Amino acid sequence: MTMDEADESLLEALLAGEHRALARVISKIENRSPGYRDLVSELYAHTGNADVIGITGSPGAGKSTLVDKLAEAYRERGETVGVIAIDPSSPFTGGAVLGDRIRMASTVGDMDVFVRSMSARGTLGGLSTATADAVKAMDAFGKDKIIIETVGAGQNEIDIVRTADTVAVLVPPGSGDDIQTLKAGILEIADVFVVNKADREGADRTVQELREMVHLGEESGLAGSAGHHGVDAMDGDDSSWGDADESDAEDDWTPPIVETVATKGTGVDTFIDELANHRTYLVDSGTHAEKVRQRYAEEIRTLLREDVHALLEDELADSGGIDELAEAVRQGETDPYSIATDVLAPVEACVENLAADADDSSAE
Amino acid sequence: MSSEQEAESIRCLVAKVGLDGHDRGAHVIARAFRDAGFEVIYSGLHKSPDQIVQAAVQEDVDVLGISILSGAHDTLVPKIMDGLEEYGAKDDTLVLAGGVIPDEDREGLKDDGVAAIFGPGTSIEETIEFVRENAPQR
Repeated sequence: MTMDEADESLLEALLAGEHRALARVISKIENRSPGYRDLVSELYAHTGNADVIGITGSPGAGKSTLVDKLAEAYRERGETVGVIAIDPSSPFTGGAVLGDRIRMASTVGDMDVFVRSMSARGTLGGLSTATADAVKAMDAFGKDKIIIETVGAGQNEIDIVRTADTVAVLVPPGSGDDIQTLKAGILEIADVFVVNKADREGADRTVQELREMVHLGEESGLAGSAGHHGVDAMDGDDSSWGDADESDAEDDWTPPIVETVATKGTGVDTFIDELANHRTYLVDSGTHAEKVRQRYAEEIRTLLREDVHALLEDELADSGGIDELAEAVRQGETDPYSIATDVLAPVEACVENLAADADDSSAE
Repeated sequence: MSSEQEAESIRCLVAKVGLDGHDRGAHVIARAFRDAGFEVIYSGLHKSPDQIVQAAVQEDVDVLGISILSGAHDTLVPKIMDGLEEYGAKDDTLVLAGGVIPDEDREGLKDDGVAAIFGPGTSIEETIEFVRENAPQR
């Protein structure tokens, strides 16, 4: 891949530790501005040194405050920190108010904590790619710890935190019934549970319920597979999350439950220890390599899907544009399946020709 | 590469700097910017110039809107501009000021690098329009 001169000097500046350059590279990634791909592919050579931690939980669970304290604690240990805080954007205007920064007060004025807010910009699939790329940029910049913070409400956010090696799920106390509803998606991805606001009433009960849930999950083989949640999402087979680890059940990771009071900083050290334990487990059990491999597989697939999608957009425009085709369906003249087949036909023909050419040349 | 569809959005930092606690205006602007389709980062109250610079640089904002109602703009704004300069961010950040800023101070602020000053009575539409037209093309 080749980069133009401006991007090359940008990359150099990033590697030299210039904050502005890191900020600009992340903007390029977010904007998908021309040349961002070459830039990111150059970044890869300089990555692999950071611990990536994902933090998710329901709105108001205290994520930003905990991330703030976590960053502060890492800084006290002499480690540099990058934070990617993701907030939803309006599906109507694309606008967003990114407010996580307000909570990050402990580390302001310390440039070695690099906080970046990102919004969904309408395309959630794209966001997980952009997040992964932004993590690469921070990793190449030399951050020791990278924290991804996102609100947890469903599947799309799960894709985002999958970028992380270790995922912490925050559960506020008194959310007994919520735990039941959370179970469907968020709980399976937890490597560490955090009951934040542990000084509130109901915290003990929430811890108890979580503990029961974790043990139940272990018995049924549904949970406790947290180390393997990078499993292939392309097949749309999300149930495979739990099945993947039957082969190595003996060295399974049981998600610990940590109690914290983020506003006071209570329990943050224990939380950090558990994050470190999980990291050690990942490396020792070989799960880490497996996870990283799966993550890259996913990235490759996503990129290819995006590229093919873009190709098809052009095809669509040639066939009269999506609006016209949709109108034709509305009029009852045709149906979406026929259109898809028609639009794809020239592309398929091309691919077949290519394959035929390849056969010819190998025959010679 | 045809897949490199640009998805650019105007990024703004709405900043409250100094010791005044009047953030209604900042909230209204943040909300209006959001509804205009911008990405808004709100700094929260009582920030120091350093903190604003840090946020503006890390977030790589196109627009920095500073709200000051304490009358300390002649001290705070130059500090912010110097900070932006230090990180090489001064030239391509559109800096706006809002709040109670007397007419006689406006020229000075503009010399410091503030692109526009929106005092009381400015319509939201006017501000949004100004941002749309003047946000730096990078």
